[in-house]
Amino acid sequence: MPFRLLKYALKKEYPAKRFFKSHETPKKSYDVVIIGGGGHGLAAAYYLAKDHGITNVAVLEKGYIGGGNTGRNTAIVRSNYLTPEGVNFYDASVKIYEGLSEELDLNLFYSTRGHFTLAHTESAMRTMRWRAEVNKHVGVDSRVVGVDEILKACPQLDISCSGHAPILGALYHGPGSIARHDGVAWGYARGADGYGAEIFQNTEVLSIDVKNGKVCGVNTNKGYIETKQVLCAVAGFTPRITEMVDLKTPIVIHPLQACVTEPMKPWLNSILVSGSLHVYVSQSSRGELVMGSSLDPYEVHQTRSTLDFVEGLTAHMLDMFPFLSNVKIVRQWGGMADMTPDFAPIMGKTPIEGFYLDAGWGTWGFKATPISGKTMASTIANDSNHELIHTFRFSRFEDYELTGEKGAASVGH
Amino acid sequence: MKLLTCPVNGTRPISEFIFGGEYRPAPDQNTCSDAEWAAYVYNRQGAPGDKKEWWYHSPSGTWFIAERNTLTDKVARTYLLADAKKVAGESK
Repeated sequence: MPFRLLKYALKKEYPAKRFFKSHETPKKSYDVVIIGGGGHGLAAAYYLAKDHGITNVAVLEKGYIGGGNTGRNTAIVRSNYLTPEGVNFYDASVKIYEGLSEELDLNLFYSTRGHFTLAHTESAMRTMRWRAEVNKHVGVDSRVVGVDEILKACPQLDISCSGHAPILGALYHGPGSIARHDGVAWGYARGADGYGAEIFQNTEVLSIDVKNGKVCGVNTNKGYIETKQVLCAVAGFTPRITEMVDLKTPIVIHPLQACVTEPMKPWLNSILVSGSLHVYVSQSSRGELVMGSSLDPYEVHQTRSTLDFVEGLTAHMLDMFPFLSNVKIVRQWGGMADMTPDFAPIMGKTPIEGFYLDAGWGTWGFKATPISGKTMASTIANDSNHELIHTFRFSRFEDYELTGEKGAASVGH
Repeated sequence: MKLLTCPVNGTRPISEFIFGGEYRPAPDQNTCSDAEWAAYVYNRQGAPGDKKEWWYHSPSGTWFIAERNTLTDKVARTYLLADAKKVAGESK
């Protein structure tokens, strides 16, 4: 438990200090400029300072911090992926998350719940066995369980799904957790700020200055900044930034939507995911059911919400939990997911010297926030891809060495 | 976008259509380099703007081209690929 609460209970002065300083005008130059003040960018700033002593860093955010996909996801953390490289990477992230509230001295409401990926068909069961074996091999707690074990954890579930899609079993993943996602951005922001990194909100990058294949600086709405190293960590805005440096990537943008119900008393402890019904659901610490579905079916650079989405999602939710029919949806929203062909991120060095990508985070970025920050910080400090991200490198496409995570990265693909 | 106009069947609800991705001419596989081929297979114009795209009207099995802005989600026009030259001529 963070000691912050205790500290303020015994202190006469309140309120607490602001989380980070409000900077208006950037300096003439920085060692590293990070584009994007979401969890990933702020974590990179934090680990650049903490692990590598690089503190002359600017984080440029065109909106407000954590207002992009960091604050729009369904806050699930897990590591039950399909490739050994992916499982290793996400497992390292889960391990950092487990101690992160303590490290950042901020209660992230990190709550380990156990995660069931429901299988409604024999072919889904086969994928679950495959994932379980890969996970066990790497040392991650995942196993295939039967209907009895699912019902023990969640007796409210209609195991026949209204007769439409009877559940045969599930992949159970013990470390599956949820966390307060905006807290992760604020915690890393405060940590980075404490080490001396400067965070600029309402600061948009207009162009990136590249000469002879090397980054020289960035133009922003607050003036020109000299720098030799730029990290692009902007999720759904990635193609707009890579276009500035004329870098072709496989990334396309599809909206991903989510919604929450009105708060209820706690009844759902586990995190449930159904690939066939295109649903993932958990109950947040304030009692709302947090629900997401598959990607919107075509490319759009918007964060609009649609009625189609809520209708489709809630119909499937009622297949699983018929008793929810009178519960109301109170909020829905969308984010822009930067999708890659193999459902794995694109991380590390690019053909442009000093331009680093932390992109292609599609629908799986939040859980990777700590480890992305750590590995990107190492990659920038050493100008060499960290070993954990080799499999996610930019050049894997021209090498025809894709990292197939489609079976584990999301639902409904 | 809730409706889309199929060049054969007229304006129909969007649920009848399937998105087929960007329309991209393929390089000659006999003469292009491995890198050019990899770029064709994987890379996309991901930035927002006016795009030519493949769309499929599922009930009738019709593939066609839509010119759509991916930022505003507004469709400028739709036509069959066979009519592409004619459509391009009209707009000049």
